[in-house]
Amino acid sequence: METRKTFDRELQLLQDEMLAMASMVESALIDAVESLKRRDMAWSRRIMAQDHQINKKRFAIEEEVLSLVARRQPMASDLRTIASVLEIAGELERIGDYAKGIAKINLLIGEQPLLKPLIDVPAMAEKARSMLNRAMEAFVQRDTELARSIPQEDDDVDCLYDQVYRELVTYILSNPKNLEQANYLLWAAHNLERAADRVTNICERTIFTVTGELTELDTDESKCNLQ
Amino acid sequence: MTAEEIKLETRNYSMYYGNFKALENITVQIPAKQVTAIIGPSGCGKSTFLRTFNRMNDLIPGARIDGKVIMEDQDIFAMDVVDLRRRVGMVFQRPNPFPKSIFDNVSYGPRVNGIKDRNTLMEIVERSLRGAALWDEVKDDLNKSGLALSGGQQQRLCIARALAVEPDIILMDEPASALDPIATLRIEELIRVLKENYTIVIVTHNMQQAARVSDYTTFFYTDESRTGQLVEFGETRQIFTNPSDQRTEDYITGRFG
Ligand SMILES: Nc1ncnc2c1ncn2[C@@H]1O[C@H](COP(=O)(O)OP(=O)(O)OP(=O)(O)O)[C@@H](O)[C@H]1O
Ligand SMILES: [Mg+2]
Repeated sequence: METRKTFDRELQLLQDEMLAMASMVESALIDAVESLKRRDMAWSRRIMAQDHQINKKRFAIEEEVLSLVARRQPMASDLRTIASVLEIAGELERIGDYAKGIAKINLLIGEQPLLKPLIDVPAMAEKARSMLNRAMEAFVQRDTELARSIPQEDDDVDCLYDQVYRELVTYILSNPKNLEQANYLLWAAHNLERAADRVTNICERTIFTVTGELTELDTDESKCNLQ
Repeated sequence: MTAEEIKLETRNYSMYYGNFKALENITVQIPAKQVTAIIGPSGCGKSTFLRTFNRMNDLIPGARIDGKVIMEDQDIFAMDVVDLRRRVGMVFQRPNPFPKSIFDNVSYGPRVNGIKDRNTLMEIVERSLRGAALWDEVKDDLNKSGLALSGGQQQRLCIARALAVEPDIILMDEPASALDPIATLRIEELIRVLKENYTIVIVTHNMQQAARVSDYTTFFYTDESRTGQLVEFGETRQIFTNPSDQRTEDYITGRFG
């Protein structure tokens, strides 16, 4: 409608910003794990530095949200959209922090070679990235069916984590000297597991934006949940 | 709305100005001691609906109704209209004090109702002005003309005038639309206080105001027929965050109207 053309454009731009932030976070996740896998310290340092850009984006989104609330006094679905964008930007920032954490682990492990070539950890990263990507798609398309289906994949991430855990425990048991690195790698896997959990929160925002209902989407009875 | 007492109710209420049907088949229950807002685009019949409750529409030649309007189990069209209007006060968009003193403005209703004793009238005037949050500003000069007050003060004077006859219900038709933001907030604060003791029905074009002051919201809408219909009634919180009807959503988000 003519009457709210500008407002609709502003809402569109806000969501575009959020999508831009999401793709920065997706790259950070994949790159962090890749830099760890390749033991590329310089790359890890760059990834850590880039986290500032993600945080800045989050601030920019927050400012825009406040400005829209002040200028437009949004109601109903507009209000839910704007509130959700703020919430999602917060989740994205935290996922970005997990990526940064993984890059940092690469530095902490230092010069020693990896106990084993990383396979499941990159698989977890790819899974989390793909879930995030589709969760953002579900939000912009207001696709509640998609939003409801994504958290079910969290099980796969949990199972991979479980596998990583068991494997690392055997390394520790076979040689206690492996403890420190195994612990670091476990942290990396744990970060990815948390990242996938936050994708679930994003999916909940999509349901809220469309229906106005705040519901929990996480499945408690995961087949392989260590926590 | 289960546990709440219902103060006013319309059942299949339609209202006509001659051959023109201004409102069609409105069924709604207005809870006691709550603020109910009426919102909707211009011409959808909000004022017509509000004027139903003190039978002001009766004064319009050719006006007639269908259905029932109930106040506490009584059909208002079977009630004595003077008694009804005493119990249902009204405040209008433009403050309309009489060209008389503040005292006379507020004591007018009680005097019409037969109270003559000066001390009693003084008590009523003070209580009403306090009730309308105006007392402190005017107590030193009650003989000043009501017209010499600011717009916001005049509106509170009109509220005091309505309170003076001890009504149960106060109808407000865009009571703050002619006021500046500060005077508007004062009226909104006052509404919040008044609802402790009164049932308030308020028409407003300001969505944020409706969201701020009311407990329940009624959305009226009209199409090419120009006949007003009730689209949605519900808790204000729900109407403004998650309305059930697409037309309500479109209206409050400014997509039409
Ligand atoms: N005295 C009257 N005689 C004939 N028609 C009337 C009369 N008063 C109102 N109407 C018509 O009834 C319809 C509803 O009018 P009403 O004043 O109740 O609308 P409203 O929702 O209060 O509008 P607004 O937001 O502009 O105040 C309009 O089409 C109006 O033209
Ligand atoms: Mg009107």
